[in-house]
Amino acid sequence: MLTKKRKLFLSIVAIIFLFAVANFIQVEMDSYIRRIVNLCLIYAIIGLSMNITNGFVGQFALGQAGFMAIGAYAVGIFTVPVAMRPSVFYATPMNPAIINIYMPLGVALIFGGLVAALVAFVIGTPVLRLRGDYLAIATLGFSEIIRIVITNASSITNGALGIKNIPPLNDVRIIFLVTVITFVFITLLINSSYGRAFKAIREDEIAAEAMGINLFFHKNLAFMISAFFAGIGGGLYGALLGTVDPKNFLFTLTYNFLLIIVLGGMGSITGSMLGAIIVTGGLEYLRVFDEPLEILGLAIPLFRPGFRMVMFSVLLMLCVLFWRKGIMGTEEFTWEKFVYFCHHPLAYFKKGVQAK
Amino acid sequence: MSVVLHTDPMTMQFGGVTAVSNLQLDVEEGKIVALIGPNGAGKTTAFNMITGVYKPTKGNVFFTDASGKEINITAQKPSTIAKLGIARTFQNIRLFKDLTVYENVIIAKHLHLKSDFMSATLHLPWYNKEEAQAEAEVEELLKSVNLWNMREEKASALPYGQQRRLEIIRALATHPRLLLLDEPAAGMNPNETDDLTAFIKEIRDKYKLTVFMIEHHMDLVMEISDKIYVLDFGETIAKGTAEEVQNNQRVITAYLGEDEDA
Amino acid sequence: MDFFQAFANMTAASFAQHMVNGISLGSLYAMIAIGYTMVYGILLMINFAHGDIVMMACYFAFFGITLFHMPWFVSFIFTIVATALLGALIERTAYRPLRDAPKNSVLISAIGASFLLENLANYLFSGRPMRFPNIPVLAQNVSIGSVQIQVISFVIPILTIICLFILLHIVNHTKVGMAMRAVSKDYEIARVMGINIDNVISMTFIIGSALAAVGGFMWGIKYPGITPMLGVMPGLKCFVAAVIGGIGNIKGAVLGGFILGLGEILIVAFFPQLSGYRDAFAFIVLIIILYYKPTGLLGETTTEKV
Repeated sequence: MLTKKRKLFLSIVAIIFLFAVANFIQVEMDSYIRRIVNLCLIYAIIGLSMNITNGFVGQFALGQAGFMAIGAYAVGIFTVPVAMRPSVFYATPMNPAIINIYMPLGVALIFGGLVAALVAFVIGTPVLRLRGDYLAIATLGFSEIIRIVITNASSITNGALGIKNIPPLNDVRIIFLVTVITFVFITLLINSSYGRAFKAIREDEIAAEAMGINLFFHKNLAFMISAFFAGIGGGLYGALLGTVDPKNFLFTLTYNFLLIIVLGGMGSITGSMLGAIIVTGGLEYLRVFDEPLEILGLAIPLFRPGFRMVMFSVLLMLCVLFWRKGIMGTEEFTWEKFVYFCHHPLAYFKKGVQAK
Repeated sequence: MSVVLHTDPMTMQFGGVTAVSNLQLDVEEGKIVALIGPNGAGKTTAFNMITGVYKPTKGNVFFTDASGKEINITAQKPSTIAKLGIARTFQNIRLFKDLTVYENVIIAKHLHLKSDFMSATLHLPWYNKEEAQAEAEVEELLKSVNLWNMREEKASALPYGQQRRLEIIRALATHPRLLLLDEPAAGMNPNETDDLTAFIKEIRDKYKLTVFMIEHHMDLVMEISDKIYVLDFGETIAKGTAEEVQNNQRVITAYLGEDEDA
Repeated sequence: MDFFQAFANMTAASFAQHMVNGISLGSLYAMIAIGYTMVYGILLMINFAHGDIVMMACYFAFFGITLFHMPWFVSFIFTIVATALLGALIERTAYRPLRDAPKNSVLISAIGASFLLENLANYLFSGRPMRFPNIPVLAQNVSIGSVQIQVISFVIPILTIICLFILLHIVNHTKVGMAMRAVSKDYEIARVMGINIDNVISMTFIIGSALAAVGGFMWGIKYPGITPMLGVMPGLKCFVAAVIGGIGNIKGAVLGGFILGLGEILIVAFFPQLSGYRDAFAFIVLIIILYYKPTGLLGETTTEKV
């Protein structure tokens, strides 16, 4: 029987081990691999953030792209060295109120997250009382409004030109640590009384309310926390790319994270991690489909640019049609399961990962 | 004897339909009061008006809390009303189906939580203390109905009778002063109904509750009710003790039928 | 240019021009919004793919004329048929299997279908904007007073009104329509009463998609740049239009469409400095409506049984 202490020990060991892996990747592997790993970690953060509202509270919110954009632009606006700003903001001069404000990346990330959370609060107040589909459209709409505002507020965001020369962050170890912090925080949150309140709302709103759970407060809380982490992820994304552009944050970006949480299991934290790995890896692997392919000297006509995304969309459809619960469903991959797996590896392939 | 729940005449209209008309309730502390009537008479609507799910078209609901203060709870949010001390069960059982038996009950302790979400997430000492207290209480509650062994089962996996019990236990976990039971004996056979009857009396005594229930099982109603309200088409056609109601001609015609056997 | 300058510079002619544009845009939105409202009325789901069906209609029309060298009115019919079939196909493959699944699944499926259509179009037709062929008889100008108005700008609203009347006749005076109304009121009971739910739902999608096709064809003529993403914004806005009018209500969808179309054009006309925000207009109206009258202007309130 695994006691709490033993599980904590295992978790710490796992984190140290994975950090060593991250270190290895950072030092030994080439920049292409490092970039994929970084993207995967960032996608995991944002997928987790989306899972809080969509998976645990059961609120179908599609605003992640917008919140990412806020985080990315916080980084973009405040981490570019002051001296370089006039060259970036060459068309419309940067707003004098902020032109001299510089934040180191860490501060900008937190700031971006907080602004995203604030925006979530403002949006959440009218929007979270809406049912299912309406909420989806409303959050989608707001994601677009955020993008439209960014495109037009040229003196702050440089508008459609985007912001370049963002000091890049591509150290796998640092991004890994942020991901670990996110994972741990969200796990602790979900295992707390508040996390249970979230799940109660997902299961039966009316019963949850009858048991004293203030729906507005809790839905808003989840939404704000979700936005916060999406903002952080967005900030890291901006730092990774080195540039931000409103076109990066179309609401269709949110669909990536939707696939991650559907594939991994809506309501499973470990599922989202798995989903992130599969989707990011898959998207890269699927690049093969965009290149012309020759077998035995015959060009296969299907393989050309755009095919990758078609396959990706088909994957999402297949997943939702035939595998709604995703890999983990609402279960977590716990240490108990890991130990069981080590003892009986074959049993898993017979019963599936959701078996105890 | 003080009154826990008092309404002035309440009416509920949905468009052109009057579901409840001039319902005036007085529920005294420590009593078990029943609300009976044919299907569609407006009973669950009355519950919904009391618990804040519906806003009465006319009339007010007043709840007296433990300190004796009378509060107007009309059209307040259900979560606020639950915090004041009114808990309920549902006609169609609304357990958190995919969550475990244990989780179902401990969620009902959330409304008493004083720690904010950061303290809870970081598992700071004062949160851990509250959590330990909640866990101890949940254990006691589950053991009192023999559900402790099933605590890791999903609520939907329980047999029907135990689901009803779980729902009542969950409501009890909120430390209510007034417990509203909506058809607690629905779908039960005579044996189970007897058990439930004893159970309701037991929890009323043990937790110093006032119970207000909707029921169709007349044996249960007549056995334990101190007072009965009879509704028909939204109107109150009788109120009084079990004997008075049983002998009331209007009630007999509308509901109980010519045979007085209960 | 701010409001006062815009107002001062507005002549009767340019105002008339704006009104014409607004009515055209409103009609297009109305046609597309009807598809959303009909599907929502029956299945209680948002057909996210509807906007992309309009986009596919544009491409069908485009290829009908340029690739298959059909005369434009033949391409028009072809577009309607092809799009209606596409709509029915999507219902059959993406929505019907999930009819008994939890609500969120269908939503995700709809999003997936929308995403698939967009990527498919991008793959098949490339992302390069294509120019919808010019149809001289529709594009030529007619002079009214000092204003030049394209023929198409008359055709669109007239066609919309005709379609609306035909649709209302079908819904209110035919057996099929009665079946559709029954299904939208109570799905289970309708099934028990012997109505073939599958056929009714397919019919709903076919009609909605056919209307989307008409809208798409007209859209291509009025706004000739066709891209795979052209259905995205109009799709969102038209759903908003349906909500504004009262979701499930056909007349409401038309009303909502006109409100949004006219509003969008006139806001940009009178507040040119806000033209970058024209897409935000629809969502702002959505938020206001959802806050003050969530059932929409012509909608009816329903209560949930506890």
